[in-house]
Amino acid sequence: MMKKSRRSFLKVAAVSAIGIGAAPAISLSSSSNSQSTSNAVKSKNHEAKTAKRWGMVINCTKISDEVAENIVEACHKNHNVPDFNHEVNTEKYPNTRPVNHKQEVKWIWEEHFKYAFPDKEDEFLADKYKNLPFLVLCNHCKSAPCVKACPTQATFKREDGIVIMDFHRCIGCRFCMAACPFGSRSFNFRDPRPFIEETNPDFPTRSKGVVEKCNLCAERLAKGEQPYCVEASEGAIVVGDLEDPDSDIRALLNENYTIRRKQTLGTEPSVYYIM
Amino acid sequence: MSKSAIFTGLVIFIIVALFPFWINLGEIKPAPEPELLGKAKAAKKCVLDKIDMRANHMSLLDEWRDSVVRNANRIYTNTEGKEFEMSLSTGDNSCLGCHEDKSKFCDKCHNYASVDPYCWECHTDPKEIK
Amino acid sequence: MLEIAIKGSKKYWIWLTILLVIMTVGVAAYIDQFINGLMTTGLSRDVSWGFYIANFTYLVGVAAGGVMVVIPFYLHDYEKFHRITILGEFLAIAALVMCLLLVVVDVGQPVRLLNLFLYPSPQSVLFYDVLVLNGYLGLNIIIGWKVLEAERNQVRPPAWTYPLIYLSIPFAIGIHTVTAYLYCGLPGRGFWLTAILAPRFLASAFAAGPSVLILLCYVVRKFTKFDPGWEAMQTLSKIVCYALIANVFFFLCEIFVVYYSNIPGHVSHIQYLFFGLHGYNSMVPWMWTSIILMLIGIALLIIPWLRNNEFLLPFTCVMIIIGTWIDKSLGMIAGGFVPSPLHHVTEYAPTIKEVMITLGIYALGLIILTILYKLATTVKEEVRG
Repeated sequence: MMKKSRRSFLKVAAVSAIGIGAAPAISLSSSSNSQSTSNAVKSKNHEAKTAKRWGMVINCTKISDEVAENIVEACHKNHNVPDFNHEVNTEKYPNTRPVNHKQEVKWIWEEHFKYAFPDKEDEFLADKYKNLPFLVLCNHCKSAPCVKACPTQATFKREDGIVIMDFHRCIGCRFCMAACPFGSRSFNFRDPRPFIEETNPDFPTRSKGVVEKCNLCAERLAKGEQPYCVEASEGAIVVGDLEDPDSDIRALLNENYTIRRKQTLGTEPSVYYIM
Repeated sequence: MSKSAIFTGLVIFIIVALFPFWINLGEIKPAPEPELLGKAKAAKKCVLDKIDMRANHMSLLDEWRDSVVRNANRIYTNTEGKEFEMSLSTGDNSCLGCHEDKSKFCDKCHNYASVDPYCWECHTDPKEIK
Repeated sequence: MLEIAIKGSKKYWIWLTILLVIMTVGVAAYIDQFINGLMTTGLSRDVSWGFYIANFTYLVGVAAGGVMVVIPFYLHDYEKFHRITILGEFLAIAALVMCLLLVVVDVGQPVRLLNLFLYPSPQSVLFYDVLVLNGYLGLNIIIGWKVLEAERNQVRPPAWTYPLIYLSIPFAIGIHTVTAYLYCGLPGRGFWLTAILAPRFLASAFAAGPSVLILLCYVVRKFTKFDPGWEAMQTLSKIVCYALIANVFFFLCEIFVVYYSNIPGHVSHIQYLFFGLHGYNSMVPWMWTSIILMLIGIALLIIPWLRNNEFLLPFTCVMIIIGTWIDKSLGMIAGGFVPSPLHHVTEYAPTIKEVMITLGIYALGLIILTILYKLATTVKEEVRG
């Protein structure tokens, strides 16, 4: 009898301990909308560019090796993408371990035709296409497998079609990397900062342990500016609203024969290539 | 036998549990005042009232980051109709755009309270880069 | 009941100490990974999952394999399994704890793991995997404990445990099915994109789990006074035999579909595993070893006088465990990620630190298993003696 009551006492004590522990957490989460903020308004920048569904057309005939390099550099520098070939400042970052180049991070990069379009590999592909630099990046798929895979909604689709990441929420499970059929995602296997030559203060760096990828320059569109790749492309890349029949991008799609990467998978990529 | 063991255990437990108190004995420092410089000093009022900012700036920032990242809303208009850029460090109208010196503002209290927010693992203080 | 665990022979304590040392080494390696990130691993942009997830997949199978003693005993009143059901359930507990830890060490931001519950995402298969794994773990802890307690007090287990026992059966199937769905629902990975994956996972699990259990029966017989019964072990070996045949059969079905249809996106992965691709062939010896071990395993189990040989059976089981481990963990991960979606070949090999962390987790699993088996065998000795 004595034993029984001690046991039940312990049970009650344990439950109440959990309750006491949880109370502050509960009250904290319910009070996060403090009274004085409830009348405030959150809105878009006045000059922000908006679209129903953002898309991109890349005119491959206009992209030389030089242009491609400029585009990649503009994107990576401005987004603080680490460059593992950068020599580390050992004063600022002592004891930096050697890099594994297979763990690199990239948002947009050059590929040969057979890698960019492996399902369109052709024995007798015209020579002019064989060595062209094809720029590949996140396709901002209409039905994105990475969004479906993410267990925390850290990768999600915005109303304007951009597939974007919440770096604050990513737990680094890398399910999205397995899910992406385009190899567009990179994981931060280490702290990227020692490998950033010049940090752009207007964009965050990432912390180790999160996945990252192209964000279609959401931060630029918000300010009414064109994405970095478009700016550096000398007219080869156009970004616009796919759902707007009067947009420049739709005009391009109407006039040219375009292809998309792996469209048989049904993910509906939003990046088109003019051959 | 077991009595003395229990008491020794209890004493050890109490000593360990009171660790934060006895470790800081003798070095009581007054709470620091975050310094308001330049624009922040001239503005007099932040996004919310001072007392609200002091107590709730973390949940405000939390709301902001969700708003910017997830809803693409980057402008915050407070109850007085004043607009702010919902950003830690981008632009003149962001947190650090007004509070010029992170080390004299953010860090001062955070260091004292021994909190280490991970904001700065990714976000950068423009002054620290140069 | 836990007091049994702290009364043991010298051997018991030496064994636990050894495991504890291995675990400590693993913890040290993990601290390094925690501080410096997953750069300590052999993982890469192209092969983004590796040794941890490979072993996770295998151990989910071992955990699910426990159901192969639960079904005959509880659904078909197969009395011979009465003595070993608890061993199956406790094996599942240890395996599941290892599974969950392997996921924890695999994520890049372990401190944010609670986001899984703060922002539940029903469209993600991982969400369901977390639910079924934790559910199955909880069920096994409750069932195992209550059944053993009842046995000790020589009463029937409380009536409410029976619905839980029946519930644990679909959960066992569920954990491995959902784990297979993690892989086979992804559009860009030809190797995994096959409906046979979940059945194949289950077949290999029902071979691997009971094989481990047979080995454990030998260990129990050697080190305790409790005898799980030779007949029960023989029945288990028959289960292993048929499950293994099913696994190999499913694999051959996959081979036929892939090679007869000859679709490059599907062929290239199997080509890489078994013959090498563009000169990269580090998986080739492993995969053939696996096939040979599984085929020998089938031969040794299907012929009655070989299967009934008490001396041979543990060796057969070890062969099957190694064969299915290569097949399901190494092969499943390397085959899925190589070649990459852009058809680049990036090979993967775990680093020493990765292996140390994994071994540390295995050591902890063995500690849990040792303690639980000590409880089970001691109670059974008490009751009989």
